[in-house]
Amino acid sequence: MYQTTYHKAASVAEAVSLLSGAEDGKLLAGGHTLLPTMKQRLASPSDIIDITGIAELNGIDASGDTVTVGAATPHADVETSAAVKGAIPALAALAGTIGDPHVRNVGTLGGSIANADPAADYPGAVLGLGATVHTNQRTIAADDFFTGLFETALNDDEIITSVAFPVPAQAAYAKFPNPASRYSMTGVFVAKMKDGSVRVAVTGAGDDGVFRSSALEAALSSNWSADAVDGVDISADGLLSDIHASAAYRANLIKQMAKRAVAAA
Amino acid sequence: MATVSMTVNGKAVQATVEDRTLLVDLLRETLGLTGTHVGCDTSQCGACVIHMNGRAVKACTKLAAQAEGADITTIEGLATDGALHPMQEAFREHHGLQCGFCTPGMIMSAVEMIDRLGSDIDEATIREQLEGNICRCTGYHNIVKAIQSAAGQMGSNA
Repeated sequence: MYQTTYHKAASVAEAVSLLSGAEDGKLLAGGHTLLPTMKQRLASPSDIIDITGIAELNGIDASGDTVTVGAATPHADVETSAAVKGAIPALAALAGTIGDPHVRNVGTLGGSIANADPAADYPGAVLGLGATVHTNQRTIAADDFFTGLFETALNDDEIITSVAFPVPAQAAYAKFPNPASRYSMTGVFVAKMKDGSVRVAVTGAGDDGVFRSSALEAALSSNWSADAVDGVDISADGLLSDIHASAAYRANLIKQMAKRAVAAA
Repeated sequence: MATVSMTVNGKAVQATVEDRTLLVDLLRETLGLTGTHVGCDTSQCGACVIHMNGRAVKACTKLAAQAEGADITTIEGLATDGALHPMQEAFREHHGLQCGFCTPGMIMSAVEMIDRLGSDIDEATIREQLEGNICRCTGYHNIVKAIQSAAGQMGSNA
């Protein structure tokens, strides 16, 4: 790892000021992508700004029809939260499938979606539930947040503070982990919202990152059942193709994971 | 440079290290606590697992500076007054190791696993919870047996 300067921010305002004062600053939350990348010398930020100690970024609040998760809340807290399990069990279950117990003790929601790794799980829930991303500057709808592979709508000096998830009528997430790395080769989050609308988000499969499947949404809107997925034609166009799976294989995984998710919801 | 004050295995320690120093390197090289191993250095193998404020974390994926004020337990801190921790004793009894390289991380993970999930833990859950600990000797069967055995003892001692 190249030399860097570590800072611990006590507030969002201080983090923003440290970030704007740095030549090439990076925010450190769980650090489970950033630190390994720095160790491989693929990233060499001049300054590291640790935001995990900022109280307002931590915690879970479930009230009414919304579950709000602070951006620096570790996955393990979401996985085990009675409030999340009660309101959106699919979200707690998804958090419990990320990485391994040690990763979940440290990794954060904000870090996961800001990084927008195409194989990450949380983007599936954020887009699948139509959550709202709160930052220090504005609120961003999930549909506008993810803009590509490792790309989001965030500005350079913008910090995610929390994510507000609407409580659905039914939801579930199913993923096919790579047998070796355990990263999602395809993950599908299905949600039937309380207004009857259906959202389906696919992660791990798109060559432009997480996306919504309008074909699956249409099929499940008229018939919320695993059988409804059978008649849907999922194109391999625009899907990732790599040593782990071809685009056609991932297209089939999307259908299979969608069926499993609907059955589990 | 960062000056880090923390509690390691019940003792207050202070160390001055480079900002880029990893916590595992501070433990091993500055404090000489070489029981915490570095297996993969890519956050996958779990040989470096320690407890930080009661949570099992990979010490190779934390900066030392992040441990400011933290309460750290390493494998060296488990035994009390010369008596092995029940988990260590169970690994010995059930031969839960072959080459022994992954063992400190396995034991630290296992202790936190039982603290978190209780002593009634079943075999399938133990196997699932060991996802972040890799044994290159593939000696998982006895590791799982050891954890199950220790879980019962940790429960009865509690």
